[in-house]
Amino acid sequence: MKLDCKHVWEHISGYLDQQLDPALLNAVQRHLETCEVCSAILDSTRNILVLTADDRTYELPVGYSERLHAKLESVIAQSRD
Amino acid sequence: MVANTAPQHEAVLIRRILAGEPELFHELIRPYERLVYVTILTMVRNEAEAEDGAQETMISAFRHLNTFRGDARFSTWLVTIAMNEGRKRLRKVKVAAEDPLEVLAEEKEGDFTPAVLTDWREIPLEALERKELRQKLREAVELLPEKYREVFVLRDIEGLNQEETAAALGMNVTLVKVRLHRARMMLQKYLVPYLKSEVPGRGGFFRRWFE
Repeated sequence: MKLDCKHVWEHISGYLDQQLDPALLNAVQRHLETCEVCSAILDSTRNILVLTADDRTYELPVGYSERLHAKLESVIAQSRD
Repeated sequence: MVANTAPQHEAVLIRRILAGEPELFHELIRPYERLVYVTILTMVRNEAEAEDGAQETMISAFRHLNTFRGDARFSTWLVTIAMNEGRKRLRKVKVAAEDPLEVLAEEKEGDFTPAVLTDWREIPLEALERKELRQKLREAVELLPEKYREVFVLRDIEGLNQEETAAALGMNVTLVKVRLHRARMMLQKYLVPYLKSEVPGRGGFFRRWFE
């Protein structure tokens, strides 16, 4: 199986999620070995996902957890009445 | 990211809460505080509104815990409540903001051209440490059309798996995959210019200047 760039782009997500079947995975990998453009696109996408999963990207407001549990505390207390 | 909480442990907690130990609810929801907040934040785009919404979500979950069916994951159930809460708030504040990234979303799903950045690999670590880049990423996520954003938030921000995401959104796994791919490619395209512009001295600009 020989793939051109456009086909490889369609499989970037599947590649990153390790969901490509062996034949396709092999074809994508062979393409990436020789194609600077596609491997740069793959790396940039992967790095965006690393950044996305970083807890500092979405920070919780200071005191969020304390306020949440205080609120729940009062709701739970009411439920006992 | 969602903590890996054993479903059996959760099932035991839920039974005990319903059987008269409501204070255990604190423990039950602790792993999902972040999940609920970020889910709503990416919808309403306002921290105070998101925090209020997160509180309401948890209160609602507490009050309706007896309707939770054990065949779904508790996290999935919680996300569904959070998304309803987010939508309710969106309607209230009428944030009918346009989705500028829609421009990038070509009609045919899957047919999409990513942005090319050949020197990315030489800069990633410093780039990932930059605050501005995280800010840009948050902006880009807000700009995603809703149908792509909801999938991206659950899969890549919250770390839910495909099946959980599909269940929370009431769609099939294939559609989750297609939309996730589109979302990622839109973000890639949106973010690459910001990376490029902040990497000086790679020849381009200055070489042109001096030639």
